[in-house]
Amino acid sequence: MLREIILLLLIVVLGTGGELCLARAMRTIGQVHDFRPHSLLRVFWRALRVGWMWIALLMMTTAFFSLLAMLSLENVSFVVPVTALSYAAGALGGKIFLGERVAPLRWAGVFLVCIGVTLVWIGKG
Amino acid sequence: MKSSLDLHFKTYALICVMVVFGPLGDVLLSKGMKGVGAVPSFHPADLERMFTAAFTSGAVWLGIGSLLAFFVAYTLVLSRADYSYVQPASAMAYGIVALLGYFVLGEAVTATRWIGVLVICLGVLFVGHTPPRTTESD
Repeated sequence: MLREIILLLLIVVLGTGGELCLARAMRTIGQVHDFRPHSLLRVFWRALRVGWMWIALLMMTTAFFSLLAMLSLENVSFVVPVTALSYAAGALGGKIFLGERVAPLRWAGVFLVCIGVTLVWIGKG
Repeated sequence: MKSSLDLHFKTYALICVMVVFGPLGDVLLSKGMKGVGAVPSFHPADLERMFTAAFTSGAVWLGIGSLLAFFVAYTLVLSRADYSYVQPASAMAYGIVALLGYFVLGEAVTATRWIGVLVICLGVLFVGHTPPRTTESD
């Protein structure tokens, strides 16, 4: 049980943290308007020179490896639904680190996700 | 008119790719990792053995390929449609994964877990119906 909890925390915290770092890196790079392959390649090379991008890659890679480890222990119909806790981490992270205003409806959604995750965990049997 | 229809068709096609390849990727990863076996501990040697075995599994690579297809479709959809328009597809994915786990992998899913998955889908839909941007533009 402890292994599952540690892996879930790694997936949720590092996955969400990685996405927040990615968003920060992409803001440094600016909006992408041209989706032709050579332009996308240029954006990709530019992204690799941004420190936040490397932090994002490191965090998201660790989250992915944690997901693989968790899938070796538990069923996919359990693992993927409980990773929805990322929505709670995203709302908290957005509010605390990015100063976003979180609408009441979004808190209600986060609350429902938490109830759902609890039910899925209880239903593990 | 034709270009508007074309835009809608392409957006729906990309959302279909997302809905199919996201859950499929998760299920393939699960199938591959079940073949590898449960990680006995977090000891570095055990983790190294598990990840080495994982990356020699065809199902794991097919799963990674599916998730990459999902990620590309997701990025392209977000460039042409609103986040709140795409969000229901993300909510559906949790239900589809549970269904695939039950029907394709033969996993035992209790009634409590089904209800939990439904509540999660509803919660994700709620999250998606809020403004995607609340901070000032840079």
